[in-house]
Amino acid sequence: MTAALDSKRKAAEALLHTLPLPGREAGWARDARAAARTRLLDAGAPAKRDEYWKYTDPSSLTTPAAVVDGTGDQPEMERQFGEVHPLRARFVNGRFRPDLSDGIVQDGLTTVTLAAVLETDVTFARGLFGTLEAAGQEKVARPLAALNTACATEGLVLHATGPVARPVHLRHDQIGAGASLIRHLVRVEQGAALLLLESGVPTNAVIEIDVAEGGTFQHVRIQEGPRARAASHLFARLGAGAQFKTFTLTSDGDLTRNEVVMEFAGAGAVGHIAGAVLAKGDSHVDNTVFVTHGAEGCESRQVFKNVLTDNARGIFQGKIFVRPVAQKTDGYQISQAVLLNDGAQFSAKPELEIHADDVKCSHGSTTGQLDETALFYLRSRGVPFAEAEAMLVAAFAEAAFEELADPDLAAAMRGHVARWMAERGRAA
Amino acid sequence: MLEIKSLHVKLEEEDKAILKGVNLTVEAGSVHAIMGPNGSGKSTLSYVLSGRDGYRVTDGGATLDGEDLLAMEPEDRAAAGLFLAFQYPVEIPGVGNMTFLRTALNAQRKARGEPDASAPEFLKLVREKAKALKIDAEMLKRPINVGFSGGEKKRNEILQMAVLEPRMCILDETDSGLDIDAMKLVADGVNALRSEGRAFLVITHYQRLLDHIKPDVVHIMSDGRIVESGGPDLALKVEAQGYAHLQEPAA
Repeated sequence: MTAALDSKRKAAEALLHTLPLPGREAGWARDARAAARTRLLDAGAPAKRDEYWKYTDPSSLTTPAAVVDGTGDQPEMERQFGEVHPLRARFVNGRFRPDLSDGIVQDGLTTVTLAAVLETDVTFARGLFGTLEAAGQEKVARPLAALNTACATEGLVLHATGPVARPVHLRHDQIGAGASLIRHLVRVEQGAALLLLESGVPTNAVIEIDVAEGGTFQHVRIQEGPRARAASHLFARLGAGAQFKTFTLTSDGDLTRNEVVMEFAGAGAVGHIAGAVLAKGDSHVDNTVFVTHGAEGCESRQVFKNVLTDNARGIFQGKIFVRPVAQKTDGYQISQAVLLNDGAQFSAKPELEIHADDVKCSHGSTTGQLDETALFYLRSRGVPFAEAEAMLVAAFAEAAFEELADPDLAAAMRGHVARWMAERGRAA
Repeated sequence: MLEIKSLHVKLEEEDKAILKGVNLTVEAGSVHAIMGPNGSGKSTLSYVLSGRDGYRVTDGGATLDGEDLLAMEPEDRAAAGLFLAFQYPVEIPGVGNMTFLRTALNAQRKARGEPDASAPEFLKLVREKAKALKIDAEMLKRPINVGFSGGEKKRNEILQMAVLEPRMCILDETDSGLDIDAMKLVADGVNALRSEGRAFLVITHYQRLLDHIKPDVVHIMSDGRIVESGGPDLALKVEAQGYAHLQEPAA
């Protein structure tokens, strides 16, 4: 074993030792945990020299101290999702708080805690917990996700068996310093539909989503707050004809690494992954996406918009991987950044790996400033600089919001951008 | 109203003088035209007056009602009553025409300490002005100038002028790219705005626009200076003789 691998393994061991081992659980859950520990130790903790972490230094996410004492206050704002009125499940400092949550019983949806599921034998959960995470490590190691499978005990298991009327909002608050490990599982059955909202920034969050044939799932997430350090993973498996959308708005945060790993397992499914990043100060936001086309005739779309200022850094790593079987794949990817000053930076690494011959895949990436001619045009009509800049930033970000099916949610996201820009205008 | 004195301007990027001592006084209620060959500095003058980046004033200055125009930000110049109708109006995808125009109007009103235009008040104002310029309401719902024809863009400039009611209007080659019908529509729009308290500076390469917008004074610009001034007849003379005789250095 080389010295580098050895040190990565040691770092992984240290991480495991920092976290308490889960208590009494069903045999299958213990097996899943053990397999995850092995995956973590074999891969080792992520290190700066890893190709997959080329643009994001993982050290602040992987020291045992970061795992114990990762993040400062992250109390959530009310009404982040505007006119959408979800049923809310609340987590405080990494613990589910039913006393602070709405009763989330609805027609077509059952919700239980992760702990309850791992103590019993729920068929669909067996095929899900750690399974999508493990599959998602086929081409690239994702040790922080394996760490989550090995150790996370908090989270919810959502099972949609029909159209679910009201969205569910998983809200995470961090009061004081601390770290949190959250794991959610979602299964959407044939013909079922669920809109899941998430807010807050757990230090290490994993969500596994299994959308059966013909199921519909949408996920909208808001990550805000200056003191957050977070690694999140979203693993999705889509059955034939499934419809899947995930959207993340990240505003600021010391360090955020979001990995979305989506696999098309059945033909004719559609999966859209989008995000908007607003970053100032020394914020660092990394969106890493891996889409696997493993079935015929599926459509994937990645749309990421980054608005960066001060010394902020935006990263996008996006891959479309097309297996030989996945003919008639339609894959698209765009990542764009607007830099509002000279200190901000954006790095993009688009990748296509195609093993089928009848596919349509394209990618693009742009980085630039706001159009000075447009800025002058607006100002020449009397629009003050800050407002003119905000109008152009809103226009720039709009393509990401077009990925949101719900107009109220799109309006809520526009509101976030407007507030963030207004704050910037006041600070200037 | 507008007073330009010995204005010298260089390009910021290269050490190249564009305006070499422009003197011009435009009184309230009057229409001045500036004609001149390509490259004489006409458009530069309009950009410098409205505050576009990329130019360095090396000498002289310009005032609007006695206030130092060149010291103001572009938005403050607009609030002070200056308006430039662009030669090439910019397309701005994602920013709605109406949102933009209302933001601009209310920002100007706020800067002047006037109350906001309410939504119904604003709508009524725009509809009225748009109708006179034969601008389709559907067109106004689109992003700024996106998908507009050349003529529509120019009419949109005049619409903005009509809604914002500036006191000093600069029209930079508003006739370029217009057919005769569109030009007449634009000219009618401008003429409707002529009033005692408002002045116009019409920059044009050709005389034909001046058939429709009758100027009080015509200036000929060449090599960064105004080389000749006179009545409307001067425009006709230029039309007949061209600019060729001006190409010789004038001083």
